[in-house]
Amino acid sequence: MLEINALSAAYFETEVLREVSLSVESGEILALVGPNGAGKSTLVRAVSGVIPISGGKVRLNGVDLKGLGYMQRARYLAVVPQARELPAAFTVYQTVLLGRTPYLSWLGIAGPKDHAIVQLALERTHTDQLAGRRVSDLSGGEQQRVLLARALAQDAPILLLDEPTTHLDLQHQSNLLNLVRQLCQENNLSVLMVLHDLNLAGLYADRVALMNAGCILATGSPEQVLTAENLSSVYHVPVNVIPHPDYGTPLVLPDGHALEKAHP
Amino acid sequence: MKLFHRHPFIGTALLLAAALMLSVAIGPVFIPVDTVARLLLAKLPGSSIPVTWPETYEAILLHIRLPHTALMTLTGAALAGSGAAYQGLFRNPLADPYLIGVASGAGLGAVLALAIRWPGTLLGLYTVPASAFLGAALTIAIVYSLARIGRAVPTTTLILAGVAFSSFATSLTSFLMLRSNTELRRALAWLLGGSIMNGWEPVWAMLPYVLLGLGVLSISGHALNVLQFGEEQAQQLGLPIEKVKLGLVLAASLTTAAAVAFSGIIGFIGLIVPHLVRLTWGPDYRRLIPLSILGGGAALLLADLLARVVMAPQTLPVGIVTALAGAPFFLWVLRRAKTQAYW
Repeated sequence: MLEINALSAAYFETEVLREVSLSVESGEILALVGPNGAGKSTLVRAVSGVIPISGGKVRLNGVDLKGLGYMQRARYLAVVPQARELPAAFTVYQTVLLGRTPYLSWLGIAGPKDHAIVQLALERTHTDQLAGRRVSDLSGGEQQRVLLARALAQDAPILLLDEPTTHLDLQHQSNLLNLVRQLCQENNLSVLMVLHDLNLAGLYADRVALMNAGCILATGSPEQVLTAENLSSVYHVPVNVIPHPDYGTPLVLPDGHALEKAHP
Repeated sequence: MKLFHRHPFIGTALLLAAALMLSVAIGPVFIPVDTVARLLLAKLPGSSIPVTWPETYEAILLHIRLPHTALMTLTGAALAGSGAAYQGLFRNPLADPYLIGVASGAGLGAVLALAIRWPGTLLGLYTVPASAFLGAALTIAIVYSLARIGRAVPTTTLILAGVAFSSFATSLTSFLMLRSNTELRRALAWLLGGSIMNGWEPVWAMLPYVLLGLGVLSISGHALNVLQFGEEQAQQLGLPIEKVKLGLVLAASLTTAAAVAFSGIIGFIGLIVPHLVRLTWGPDYRRLIPLSILGGGAALLLADLLARVVMAPQTLPVGIVTALAGAPFFLWVLRRAKTQAYW
């Protein structure tokens, strides 16, 4: 379980997180949405300890983040970054094996248990067929699954994903998010996921948090948070929200009038 | 070639062994390898091997060839090992102790120490590498802060900052040399990568620094592997990156400094060897560092052999040979860097 309490963080002296409070239960997916520059990625960085926290508390399964060393923290919390910068010549297997880093000594010698965990992570993300390939030879969707496998190999109860679907097409988006859902339920993970796409957030998240200018404006079920009122105030465009024909989750559409004004 | 691919350590060790034998055997006087072996065995206490070789052989081997070969092996190993580490640290295929200015910085430090005129004494022999190390560490700090843009160290700025600082340090070094009364030709040879010291003394003086530096680098392959995913991901995977980076920079700079202090400024070994290793056996730093160390020893021995042979009886500074081979290689890597898939 992830608890964030009145978290503030500054980046080059401008405050980018202002007293953010959130909690993610085990077995739950929380989607973090909001416009560019709202501080979503900064929150992921602060919670994963990459940038310093200037105020507030983060608890990982009840343990204060501040008291944890790098290695201990990586056993509680795994991050799936955007697949932009992967060292080209590393194979999929080598990459996923590095997920075991928090459990290995300085020499990095993996034991049979580590290899078994990596094998399982590969199978569960359907990347076991790719194990011998170089990460640079993979498609964006495959790379994202490899990074998910690496995070699973970390064997951490809390999983953060930073815009995992940004460069993926429709098919890979829904495949990846279905996989995240499945893993979340089976492993009882607390998943915090930054998403750009409001409709995907509505479809795949148990709860949604709407962020703007470093603050959380609303948290709750997708229906409670993804309302026309909330969204147009944050994104500064009029929007329509209609229920999904099959699931009833909110679907966000640009307002017709606004389109007419833009393209008369 | 199959043996080479499947058993990297046996392959490079054989290469190094061959280079060692050639280096000991070839020179103005050719001494067959088996004679070398028998001569060395005869020196062991209690051996009964009859002396069947001219007396001069013993002096040539024990006082010239063997120490020179040892010095070149250590220097090559130091340059290639630290080159591989710099490349991993900066995540930059062109980082090389010479190109990023560390070698020149170390050279400046060494010459400063020499200019204070301690040489000859034992103290002098040990202060030169320490001063070279300070020069190297200072250079890294300056070049890194100049080259850094945000959190990345792009190739262009790294090489530009390195080359600019390198010219600056080299001019200061030349100035100091011109001012001092030491024999200019010898000093110039040292700048071009020719050893100005003979005998076993520089070998013993260099050994502790190189062993310490390369020892640390050899066991840090896993950390370098994690670093290849960028500092942010490395932190999230549990690596305390600030400590790791500082430790590795210090180890690599110590190693480079020791090599420069005793063998002069020799370029490109730290670039060529790690690249060839990477091309042949992949990017895993746990193997890359030790293989570069073995391969670097072999490569510099072969370059040194060439330097001794081409204009015999005159000896070229070995830095000229490595630069002649290395500069075109550098351009090739630069071109490849755009589409590299082995990095």
